[in-house]
Amino acid sequence: MLGLNKKDFLLLLIVTMLTMLAPFVLNPFPEGSALAQFNAGYPDLMQRFVIFGIFAIGFNILFGLTGYLSFGHAAFLGVGSYAAIWMMKLLTMNVIPAIIVAVVVAGLFSVVVGFISLRRSGIYFSILTLAFAMMSYQLAYSVLTPITGGETGLQPKVNDPRLLDSALVDGATPTANLFGLSMRSSYELEIGSWLFTFNAGYYVAAVVMLLSFYLAIRIFRSPFGMMLRAVKSNQNRMKYTGLNPKPYTLAAFVISGMYAGLAGGLMVAMDSQVGPERMFWTASGEVVLMTILGGVGTLIGPVLGAGAIKYMENIISKINTEILHSWFSFLPDGLEDLIVNLTYPFIGKGWHLTLGIVFMLVVIFLPGGLVEGAQRIAGLIRRKDKSGGMPPASAKAEPAE
Amino acid sequence: MEVYIQQMVNGLDKGSAYALIALGLTLIFGTLGVVNFAHGALFMIGAFCAVTLSRILTFSHEVVDETRTDFLGNPLKVDVPYIYDIFGEATGSVIIDWAVPLSILFAIPVMIAIGVIMERGLIRHFYKRAHADQILVTFGLAIVLQEIIKYFYGANPIQTPMPDAFEGVFDIGAIIGFGTGEILYPYWRLIYFGFAMVIVAAVFAFLQFTTFGMVVRAGMADRETVGLLGIDIDKRFTLMFGIAAAVAGLAGVMYAPIVSPNYHMGMDFLVLSFVVVVVGGMGSLPGAVLAGFLLGILESLASLQEVVALVPGINQVIIYLVAIIILLTRPRGLMGRKGVMED
Repeated sequence: MLGLNKKDFLLLLIVTMLTMLAPFVLNPFPEGSALAQFNAGYPDLMQRFVIFGIFAIGFNILFGLTGYLSFGHAAFLGVGSYAAIWMMKLLTMNVIPAIIVAVVVAGLFSVVVGFISLRRSGIYFSILTLAFAMMSYQLAYSVLTPITGGETGLQPKVNDPRLLDSALVDGATPTANLFGLSMRSSYELEIGSWLFTFNAGYYVAAVVMLLSFYLAIRIFRSPFGMMLRAVKSNQNRMKYTGLNPKPYTLAAFVISGMYAGLAGGLMVAMDSQVGPERMFWTASGEVVLMTILGGVGTLIGPVLGAGAIKYMENIISKINTEILHSWFSFLPDGLEDLIVNLTYPFIGKGWHLTLGIVFMLVVIFLPGGLVEGAQRIAGLIRRKDKSGGMPPASAKAEPAE
Repeated sequence: MEVYIQQMVNGLDKGSAYALIALGLTLIFGTLGVVNFAHGALFMIGAFCAVTLSRILTFSHEVVDETRTDFLGNPLKVDVPYIYDIFGEATGSVIIDWAVPLSILFAIPVMIAIGVIMERGLIRHFYKRAHADQILVTFGLAIVLQEIIKYFYGANPIQTPMPDAFEGVFDIGAIIGFGTGEILYPYWRLIYFGFAMVIVAAVFAFLQFTTFGMVVRAGMADRETVGLLGIDIDKRFTLMFGIAAAVAGLAGVMYAPIVSPNYHMGMDFLVLSFVVVVVGGMGSLPGAVLAGFLLGILESLASLQEVVALVPGINQVIIYLVAIIILLTRPRGLMGRKGVMED
């Protein structure tokens, strides 16, 4: 269906269900309970899940398929954001033109960067993209201040021209909207002690994410995706068969740049502000972390990775010592203090430490990321079932093969 | 004219730091073939060695001073560093004042140990994996190291003063024939430059004139043959990793008075040092040093008012621009060997 085989369609269906029902799924704990802090079902965080999901899906098209490790993708996200905010300032607060222009501008920028960077491969490619991203960051910070707002960044102001919008009532702040539906408007549903929030902005972002996820599946399964895998596995052989890898790689680069621009545009659509720190190289590093953590080269991996990292960032960083004490209060006092002290460096402000350790462990032991981990566990369970059901003779014969 | 010379001199200290970090990076790449993204973190840890030593030295206990009273008339309590008890007040205060230079002695064993542990514990397992994997795992390691430092020392920069004797500025202009006060340069930065030159010379001498260095160079040229000759090249390369870590650490120790150490200073320097290595040529030691100073001075010259007026923003991006141009026109770098990582 939809040009997908059964397995992919099922995957798309599951992802669709999960994203559409996210306000329920991510809010399993009742309001006011001790576990309520693990709820991730608030609009701001859900928006971040899907937006960074898009960013990581796009990055995976480049890194996962062609093996080119870019350390400068945040630049495209930033450029997309700036383009979007200018559309909001000049044209209309409607998010559609902002997002489209963000994608187009980021795409054009990535054509330029990609054309130059792709003349080298391996670590040189990484450093070239890094250099371009840092240049963009530095320029956005300093000389381009008239366009980028420098350190303070940009927000839509009351007295911006906005050619298509009718003038605002005095004193009203402009809000991003989709044909009048404000991105900030939410519908809250209370069932018992549970509170579920359905946010317009989240659903817009989620639909866009599903579309880009679908597109990514199509790319993965297309002959074009096959060519990109060929680039990764052996460029020389590809050349000998008479194919030029360059255009394919550049196309992948531009596509992933456009995904990044799309993510940047959506970010602006959600919170209507931009600052240059979005383009700093550690932001590029973050998307690398997401993709690797989830599972590079897999379809669902980057989305999982983006979700995991953003969840850690927002939930783990909020745990403090008091909460820890309340968790371990059933232990004897000395032991409680010991455990709290031992855990403390890894939570709250120290969540980056946890992230770094988890990331290192994944790179060392699970190069395929969470997806590979899940497959291995599934494999273990399946094998157990099989060996349990089969006569011991065949189980013994297995190692001989 | 004075202005140009002044700007060139200003670029020296940053150039020295670039050169030292890049030297270690390229040493690791040349010997082990590993791209180490955690090298900036080693620089940062070096700077925190200086912080640690000055904290240890000023470790104090409270003593009641009978001769003085506080505003309530009670005897005044003063903090007396333990070091005063051991060496007496005069010598003790001199030792505290010289904490940063003394940290060099403290940092060398610490950094070599960290380097060796890093190589044996982690990097060793990544020789056979792709460069991308090496970048990723060392990037993760850099985050971890940085967060550990942040946990123990906090997120704020920690001021680490230089010895009083080196405060003030040196009047270069008066010496080389310009008017007094035309070309000024802080003493400490001059010392940093000199220190960097000594370290660079030491590393080169070590590689050039000792048997150990000769074996290492042979290993860099052809690892397999050296192994076939019955030499345990791995052990020596491990030690070279330790030395590279120590070079980065020493660069950090002496840089502490120039920029107050904070936990992310390593990341700030890392990107630029990588650019330096690439411009100099992957695996080329003289290239790294040359490119370090070249880019440091170029960056400084580009922030001249005339230049900035001509091309706005050039001072922010000059290093990256040079790197892009070099990579596209001469991928092996200024002094890289032909055929090393040229694709």
